[in-house]
Amino acid sequence: MGLLSSAVSVNRYQVEGDLKEPLMENIVQGLRLNAFRELDDLEEKSVGWTPFGKPFSPKFDGSSCMIGSLLVFSLRIDRKTVPPKVFKKHFALESEQYLQKSRRSFLTREEKEMLKEKVLADLRSRIPAVPETYDLVWQYESRSLWFFSLLKAVNEELETLFAQSFNLTLIRLFPFTLGDLAMGLSLEERDELVKLNPMVLAE
Amino acid sequence: MLDVAVSYNRYKFLGHEFLTWLWYVSEKHPELIKNKKEEPVSLTIGNRMVLENKNKEAVETITITGDDAGLEEGILALRKGAIVTDLNLMCKEGEKEWRFNLKGESLGLSGLRCPSTAPVENEEDIEGAVLEKTYLLEQVIQLVDVLYREFISLRVSPAWNKQVMPAMKKWIANR
Repeated sequence: MGLLSSAVSVNRYQVEGDLKEPLMENIVQGLRLNAFRELDDLEEKSVGWTPFGKPFSPKFDGSSCMIGSLLVFSLRIDRKTVPPKVFKKHFALESEQYLQKSRRSFLTREEKEMLKEKVLADLRSRIPAVPETYDLVWQYESRSLWFFSLLKAVNEELETLFAQSFNLTLIRLFPFTLGDLAMGLSLEERDELVKLNPMVLAE
Repeated sequence: MLDVAVSYNRYKFLGHEFLTWLWYVSEKHPELIKNKKEEPVSLTIGNRMVLENKNKEAVETITITGDDAGLEEGILALRKGAIVTDLNLMCKEGEKEWRFNLKGESLGLSGLRCPSTAPVENEEDIEGAVLEKTYLLEQVIQLVDVLYREFISLRVSPAWNKQVMPAMKKWIANR
């Protein structure tokens, strides 16, 4: 779901740490080094950055990630998902052939594992990857980042790639972290926050 | 700081209590709902509310949908010990209107529809559209922050148990 979609979903982060000067060069360098690259035949998944609005042209130049004072770019995840029923069918056929050749009636655990990898690699080489793109807006000065997906696995990919690209930590803002880090509570209030337990409204 | 996964699960009740408090404030004290500039904002419950009751061994989920839902079932659920876990909200500032779902446990916003913006007809329009959309998103995110700041300041203060909780209990009993 993208920033310019009519309905958006957004998770919020606080960015911990500082980049070295020159800022823009270091950001663009982080994006270039971790830009999206196409999957090869055997890979199941590829994750990387793309310029905003250009998910299929992952090339970053000097200011391609800057809009006004905002850093805007996208996370692209391509995945090859083998449908379970397709895998089951091909695994059964491959197992049968293997047993016929070896003139045996059962497979060892190692043989099953080996055949599973072989079948998956073969199927992955034949199916196209499905691309998904998720936009983000990073306000460097205010250490705020909005990511346009609420999917847990996708947010985890973002956190990992962001740390790898910029050596900065993303702290997801949910009820506790928002209260603890971003609401300007005093130390005493933050101590109270940690001690809280659920309220009971029903009599 | 606490481990992220631990604090997410241990304190997700804060998000649920925030949504329940928002419902109470929107009905009983709408004058308290103000944006970052201290200007009054209209915030009303939209067309969906989800409540959960974990007081029993099993978790009971109550979902109320519909544009003209009276929310009596929601109050009944609160009386039985439920709490709001997801809330659809409608926010108005002058002519501008935002609609969004707020998920209690993460405070993630979903289905967020901002006031309409100029259509993007070519590549040169994109920069303006991004800036305009970001500005509109910021309005609603700042409003959630202002309200959450108000809630969390009350929640960690003695006023929560002395004033807010009794007032919310009274609202539930008499609504």
